[in-house]
Amino acid sequence: MNRRPGFLVYGLLTAFVVGSALPLYWSLIVGSHESDVVTRRVPPLWPGGHFFDNAQRVFETVEFWKALANSLVVSTVCATSVVFFCTLAGYAFAKLRFRGSTALMVFVVATLAVPTQLGVIPLFIQMAKLGWTGHLWAIMVPTLVTAFGVFFMRQYLVDAIPDELIEAARVDGCSMIRIFWNVAVPAARPAAAILWLFTFMTVWTDFFWPMIALPATNPTVQIALQQLQSGYYVDYSLVLAAAVLSTIPLLVLFVLTGRQLVAGIMQGAVKG
Amino acid sequence: MTHIHPVEPAGDVTATTSPAPVSAGEPPPPRRAGPTRLTARQRLSRWDVRLSPYLYISPFFILFLVVGLFPLGYTAYVSVHEWSLIGGKGEFVGLDNYRQVFEDRYFWRALRNTVSIFLLSSIPQVLIALVVAGLLDSQLRGRTLWRMSVLIPFVVAPAAVALIFGNLFGDRYGLVNAALDLVGIDAIAWHVNTLASHVAIATMVNWRWTGYNALILLAAMQAVPRDLYESAALDGAGRVRQFVSVTIPMIRPTMLFVVITSTIGGLQIFTEARLFDNVGLGGSDRQWQTVTLYLWELGWRLRNLGTASAVAWLLFLFIVVFALVNLVLIRRLGGGGKG
Repeated sequence: MNRRPGFLVYGLLTAFVVGSALPLYWSLIVGSHESDVVTRRVPPLWPGGHFFDNAQRVFETVEFWKALANSLVVSTVCATSVVFFCTLAGYAFAKLRFRGSTALMVFVVATLAVPTQLGVIPLFIQMAKLGWTGHLWAIMVPTLVTAFGVFFMRQYLVDAIPDELIEAARVDGCSMIRIFWNVAVPAARPAAAILWLFTFMTVWTDFFWPMIALPATNPTVQIALQQLQSGYYVDYSLVLAAAVLSTIPLLVLFVLTGRQLVAGIMQGAVKG
Repeated sequence: MTHIHPVEPAGDVTATTSPAPVSAGEPPPPRRAGPTRLTARQRLSRWDVRLSPYLYISPFFILFLVVGLFPLGYTAYVSVHEWSLIGGKGEFVGLDNYRQVFEDRYFWRALRNTVSIFLLSSIPQVLIALVVAGLLDSQLRGRTLWRMSVLIPFVVAPAAVALIFGNLFGDRYGLVNAALDLVGIDAIAWHVNTLASHVAIATMVNWRWTGYNALILLAAMQAVPRDLYESAALDGAGRVRQFVSVTIPMIRPTMLFVVITSTIGGLQIFTEARLFDNVGLGGSDRQWQTVTLYLWELGWRLRNLGTASAVAWLLFLFIVVFALVNLVLIRRLGGGGKG
C-alpha cells in the first residue's frame, strides 16, 4: 500500500521477529551454560561461557563429525544433481517443442501433490534388497531430481531465454546439447542458484527417511541430534548445544544468501 | 497481472545476449561438404531435435517411476500380505491388515491427534501469515532485512525445532511454564495432557512455517493492482477495510495454494511428534502420536510392514480427501468475492 507505515506496523513486525528469533536464542543460552541451567528459578538472559565445553561433549557422545560430513556430502550431491537435471528438464519444457510436452508437464505438477513419503516401505524394502540401507546412496538417490525443481526451472526459463536466440543458434548449426550448454545454462544461473540453496536446505533438514534408511553408526546431523536426545535422561545443555551446532551451517548460508532465498520464495509464489 | 521479478531478469537477458553468437569461437560448419554427407548430417540433426527433449526430461520421469510411483503401488501390494521387517514377505492375507488397523484404538487416536494438530497449526498459521504479509506489504524502511528476518525459523531443521521446543515446553522447568507462572497461571503438563501436547507441537510447526507462508502471501499481495486501493480509498475504505475487501479476495488463488500445501505437509507431521520427548512414540498413552508416527511404530518397532503399509494407503486416501474438502470449502467461502 502506498502510505508510509506507522509505529504500529513496525511494532507488530518487531514483535513477530523477536518471537521468531527467541527460541534460537534460548537454545544458545542453554547450550552455553552448564547442565543445571534449566533448573534455575530465574533463567539467565545472556549466553554463558560453556558452549565449547558442551560442543566438545557433543563430539564425544555421538559421531558428530561424521554426521556433519555425511550431511554435507548428501546435501551437496543432491543439490547439484537436482540443479543439473532440473535445468535440463525445465529447459526442455520451457523452450523445446515436442509431442506430449503439455501433458507431461501437467503430470510433473500433479506429482507435486503426491505425498511420496508414504512410499517409504517399498523404498526401504528395495534399498534393503540392493544392500544400500546404511549407505549414503540410500539417502541421495530419491532426491537426485525433483518435480518442484523441474517446475521451478521451467517457470523461470520461459521468460529468461528469447526464442530467437535458440533459433539463431540452431541456424548456425549448433547441436541441441550445445545450445543447452551455451544459451540455457548461462540464462538459468540465477534460478539455479536459488534451486541449489533450497534443495541443500531441504536435504540438510530431512529427518524421516534418513532415520529409516541409515543405521545409528552412519548418521546425518539430524539423526545425531535424535541420538543425543534419546537417552534415559535428557541433558539439555548438550542437546541444545548440538541443535545450535547443527543450525550454524544453514545460518551462515542464510546470512550469505538470504536475499536470494526470499526472492526465490516470492518468485515461486507469484508464478506458481 | 504484473509479475514480480526479484531476481532482476532484465540483467540476465543482457547476460544471455553476450554468449549469443554461439558459434563465434568455433569454425563455421563446412559449407562445401559432399551432398551425401550433408544429408547424413541433416538426418542426424533432425534426430537430435526430435529426441533431445525426451532425453532431457527422462531423468525426472525415470526416477519418479522408481522412487515415487512404483513404491506407492507396491505399498498396496505389501499391505495385503503378511510382511515382517526381518523375515520379509509372508502369506497373502487380503484385507486382514486393514481390518487389524481399523480395530486398533491407537490408529483412531493417531488419526484424531493428526487432525487436531493439523487444525491447531494450519488455521492460526494462515491467519498470522496473512497479517504479517499485510504488514510487510507497505513501504517499510529496510524492506529486505524485514523479509529476511521473518524467514529465520525456516533455517532451523524440524529436528532441532522439536528439541528446542521440547525444552521450552518442559513440564517442570520449561520456560513457557515459568512465564505462565509469572502471570499467575498454574504449570501445564505439556507432555501429559493431550490437548496441551497438541498445542506444543502445533506451535513448533507454526513457528517454522508462518514467516515462509507470509512471504508467499506477500508476493501475491504485491501483484494486486495498486489503483484498486486508490479507488477503495476514494470510496472511503480505511486500511483494514481495504485489506479485507480488496487484498484478501485478490490473493485467493495463492491462499488456496498455501492451504493445500500446508494440508499435505500437516497431515504427515512426524519429526516434531517423534522428538517431543526422549521416548519418541508419541507419549505414554500415545497422546500426541500422529498417523505417520503410528506407521513408523508399526513398521519399525513392531516390525510389521504389512499393517504399516495399510496405514500408509489409508493416510494417502485421507490426504486426498482432505485436500479436496479444503478446495471445495475455500471455493465456497470465497464464492461471494471475485467469482
